Amino acid sequence: MGATTELTDYMGFQGLLTDEEKLVRATARQFVNEEVLPIIDHHAQNETFPAHLIRKMGELGFYGPTLPEKYGCAGLSNVAYGLLMYELERGDSGLRSLASVQGSLVMYPIFAYGSETQKAHWLPRMATGEAIGCFGLTEPDFGSNPAGMRTKAVPEAGGKWRINGSKMWITNGSVADVAVVWAKTDDGIRGFLVERGTPGFSAPQMKGKWSLRASVTSELILEDVVVDGERSLLPNVKGIKGPLGCLTQARYGIAWGALGAADACYQTALEYALNRIQFDKPIASYQLQQRKLAEMVTEITKGQLLALHLGRLKDQGKYTFAQVSMAKMNNVNVALQIARTARTMLGANGIMGEYPIMRHANNLESVYTYEGTHDMHLLIVGQEVTGISAFRG
Amino acid sequence: MKILVAIKPVPNPDEKVKIKGDGSGIVLDNIKMVVNPFCEIAVEEALRIREKQTGEVVIMTIGPKASEQQIRTGLAMGADRAVLVEAGTDLDSLAVGKVLAKVVEGEKPDLVLMGKQSVDDDNNQVGQILAAVLGWPQATFASKIEFAADNRKANVTREVDGGLETIEVTLPAVVTTDLRLNEPRYASLPGIMKAKKKEVKVIPLASLGVDTAPRVRVLSYAPPKQRAGGGRVADVPELVAKLKNEAKVL
Repeated sequence: MGATTELTDYMGFQGLLTDEEKLVRATARQFVNEEVLPIIDHHAQNETFPAHLIRKMGELGFYGPTLPEKYGCAGLSNVAYGLLMYELERGDSGLRSLASVQGSLVMYPIFAYGSETQKAHWLPRMATGEAIGCFGLTEPDFGSNPAGMRTKAVPEAGGKWRINGSKMWITNGSVADVAVVWAKTDDGIRGFLVERGTPGFSAPQMKGKWSLRASVTSELILEDVVVDGERSLLPNVKGIKGPLGCLTQARYGIAWGALGAADACYQTALEYALNRIQFDKPIASYQLQQRKLAEMVTEITKGQLLALHLGRLKDQGKYTFAQVSMAKMNNVNVALQIARTARTMLGANGIMGEYPIMRHANNLESVYTYEGTHDMHLLIVGQEVTGISAFRG
Repeated sequence: MKILVAIKPVPNPDEKVKIKGDGSGIVLDNIKMVVNPFCEIAVEEALRIREKQTGEVVIMTIGPKASEQQIRTGLAMGADRAVLVEAGTDLDSLAVGKVLAKVVEGEKPDLVLMGKQSVDDDNNQVGQILAAVLGWPQATFASKIEFAADNRKANVTREVDGGLETIEVTLPAVVTTDLRLNEPRYASLPGIMKAKKKEVKVIPLASLGVDTAPRVRVLSYAPPKQRAGGGRVADVPELVAKLKNEAKVL
């Protein structure tokens, strides 16, 4: 993949962006072109994490950029944040996951549910990437049904809490300085900040993935972990709505991000189809390939407009979590289909690391089921339109 | 030190440009405009100088109101404020030089930095013209700039054919920047939001009283000839024969 390109914008959606939003995207795109694309295949092939990018992304303000300036963040619109996710995931879903988790799943709950002391301590350091966070909700036996979690926190004398349990599929787990751990208490589900090095807390990395290979995925093990309530407990939320509120933020970013991966696959397939000669003609001149390209660009365009409108609603505070579910469900699904279709157009070349397609396709397999599976989002939208929950008793 | 940096918005070099049907120019609809890469190097150098010795970095450009987008890029990188001379039509190099000179006379900087050329027209002459109009020293193709302790002189290393040349210029001077001077920083997200609040002074071109009548007229644009694909030769004699008879280089 030689030439750098611009993003696909069939309907001119960029005309609806503010100058700041355009500049944010330009910075992210340039960063991905220069710092990510040259190295990412190597990391994915070797299942290594490009840790040197953590601080670079922090210096550019990629973590928690919608949070206010007083915490060292940029105070961006949700649309600008979405565009950032688009460009990062055009690089790699793992990289976007790193930023999503840090911003939406760690900085957001500290900002929304934390004490002023917790915010002042963590947010500026997390904005720069000096500190990395992870989000511990999913457990080995509780994925789509997180409220059934077994991890427990019990109050102890002196304002302490004792936490026991385990979490699984935790992005950034082994590299994190702090974990937001959700645990059951007598008072419902509560969030705790558990710092690396706390006795009884460990985060072994899960190796052997065939997806998100340039991203760290870990277990979190909590054996009689004792934390200080004031320092650790997020005071301002109780119940499952705490973690679900974070997931809504992250899913919104994924709705944009997946399109970035799709765009990379589409552009790769388009360029390949124009240059690949079979039977003395570019394969792009055959109807079957044109249909694929036309369908890809149509889905990318629809997805962009959906994400943009959702972002504008979110900026006005008028969105619902079910709308976020629709966008995440649709955009990840089309991205996965586009990646697979693009693969067919490149034939054997499509499986090689020289092209980004197989990496994106494999990454999107995870994105399809994480942060709420595709099926769960269907049920959330189904519940919204029928008024009947298909998954709650 | 007060530094004025002239930047030029150019069509994104990452996009393929199309020539208008009548050959009168390129199709600019839907083409993203960006800061000319050589000018970005000039902005970066100005910021580094300011970081070393304090002072002010002012961006200037000439163009339509939409050029504010590229000005904001410079402000987001860290420049302090900007001047936009609002002009509806493209000016030729001489007119640009004269208009920039007016802005320089108003701002009185210690140094003017600008890209050695813009990647759209590749003229490589505005810096030289500006220095001539002002009657200032010039140092073009800079790959290194060092200042005397009192900031009255600068040593500028220039990239010339086959080597480097270091010259001393008395300030104020016009210095044009070459590719290897530095690697420009990215505009950070907090920087982008801060740039929103920075001042961009808009000056209507007509108010400067400069004769900008074109001395150069572009007759037509044409795309470069499409390259034919390569071929394979069986052996050395065939290669030599082709070089002699077809390429006519032997």
